[in-house]
Amino acid sequence: MEDLQASLSILQNPAVLLYILKGVAFSMIIALLAVVCGILLGSVLALVRNYCTSQKNKVFGWIATIYIEIFRNTPLLLWIFICLIACPCPKHFERQLFGLTSVETKLLFKAAVALILFTSSVIAEIIRGGLNSVAAGQFEAGHSQGFSTVQIMIYIVLPQAFKNVVPTLLSQVITTIKDSSYLANIATIELMSRVKKILSSANMYNGTGAIHVSDVFILFGFAALIYFIINYTLSCIVRYTQKSRKTVNGKMSWNNV
Amino acid sequence: MSGFFSLKAWHQVWTYRETFELGLLNTVETALVGVLLSLVLGIFFGLMATSGKKWLKCIARIYVEVIQNTPVLLQICFLYYSLAFSGHSMGIIATGMISLGIYTGAYMAEVFRAGIEAIPGGQFEAAHAQGFGYVGMMYHIILPQSIKIILPPAVNQVVNLIKNTSCLYIIGGADLISQTYNFVTGATTGGAYAPAYLVCGVLFFIICFPLSKMASAWEMNLKKRDQKMAVSVKSRKIVMAETGERKKVAV
Repeated sequence: MEDLQASLSILQNPAVLLYILKGVAFSMIIALLAVVCGILLGSVLALVRNYCTSQKNKVFGWIATIYIEIFRNTPLLLWIFICLIACPCPKHFERQLFGLTSVETKLLFKAAVALILFTSSVIAEIIRGGLNSVAAGQFEAGHSQGFSTVQIMIYIVLPQAFKNVVPTLLSQVITTIKDSSYLANIATIELMSRVKKILSSANMYNGTGAIHVSDVFILFGFAALIYFIINYTLSCIVRYTQKSRKTVNGKMSWNNV
Repeated sequence: MSGFFSLKAWHQVWTYRETFELGLLNTVETALVGVLLSLVLGIFFGLMATSGKKWLKCIARIYVEVIQNTPVLLQICFLYYSLAFSGHSMGIIATGMISLGIYTGAYMAEVFRAGIEAIPGGQFEAAHAQGFGYVGMMYHIILPQSIKIILPPAVNQVVNLIKNTSCLYIIGGADLISQTYNFVTGATTGGAYAPAYLVCGVLFFIICFPLSKMASAWEMNLKKRDQKMAVSVKSRKIVMAETGERKKVAV
């Protein structure tokens, strides 16, 4: 019981708490950045894979397919390690930023690139599913109204495709937040790694001079609670959007009947 | 990524090929035990979630939500360090097997739940009317029907589990990724970055790609069968044939 109180006192230390909360902010920012860039890159990949089928630009379709399949079937950690040595880092990032040391910013940039590349392949497949769900009649309708292919994509097909995949994309945000914890393997930037670092020096904070099991429970429990609150809120939103979509679709099918 | 074409680096990888073999063996071993554990947990909690009893449903829900909404890395660290600091450490690979099994088990539970819920209620009632007990009903009637809905997402989860074995790295793991990383950064073996990562990636790809292709092929098959069953297919075919003709006319 005394151990538990000592462990709890770690979290009452404002410096430690601030350190962890900054980690939460970094986790969120990295995940959000990865998803936004992933959507941009993923839409391009999905469009190329789906529609570059003519004899002339078949090659691009193949490239997109190969990219997606390779990234989907190898672990994220491998890409983080590869980016560590292979990804060039612009001079702009090789300095102190956001309260990180210059080495950490460099690592953060490289790891973020890996996460973006990995996420974009997953999102490409999600968006491709959305594109496939748009009825072929929409293309024909667009053509008959005098739209060019690019215009059809921008004004007719993509909006419908995105609308169809909103719940899946949101649940991909949850996965990306969880995946951002992989950065803990290489640098102490985000939540997971910061909690682990505090655990490794818990004997300095809890006042007993040693690390106990209760420290593990309290610190990792706290981190789990933060992850859970964020992700559970998101998954509730996912469920809500799915439900409202179902009722809308149900109404539409009734109208069709 | 220089050194792709350096013969020396490739030679080094070949000399230390046992490192990769050991890593692959550990990864496959972890994945196999993890898959078995996750299937057991998935069936158990999936059946609980569809049992219709409120408190059983509640337990299954809590398990699924807690595990799905926290990173697997955190779960592995939690299990490993709490055991280590209480003096009952059971080794890296065993910890990995258990926590990966529990993590994937939550996803499997959702897959099984969805598969069982997709079976129309009449099947349950018919089974009861024929005098089947719960086990008999599930084994002879419900699971055989839902298995084709369950298989594709379940195989996808297996692929995820194989990729997630890389989490063992954080607790000082012995899996393929950790072995590769230790190899390229080791004092005596280091340097051969490109070939080593390529070998590691190819090994993962060889395992995962056939599985995920198989899953998507199954899924397509299922969708096609569903479409065939739908009565509306006939009318759609007519429409498509008509539009095809119209295109020809336009040309």
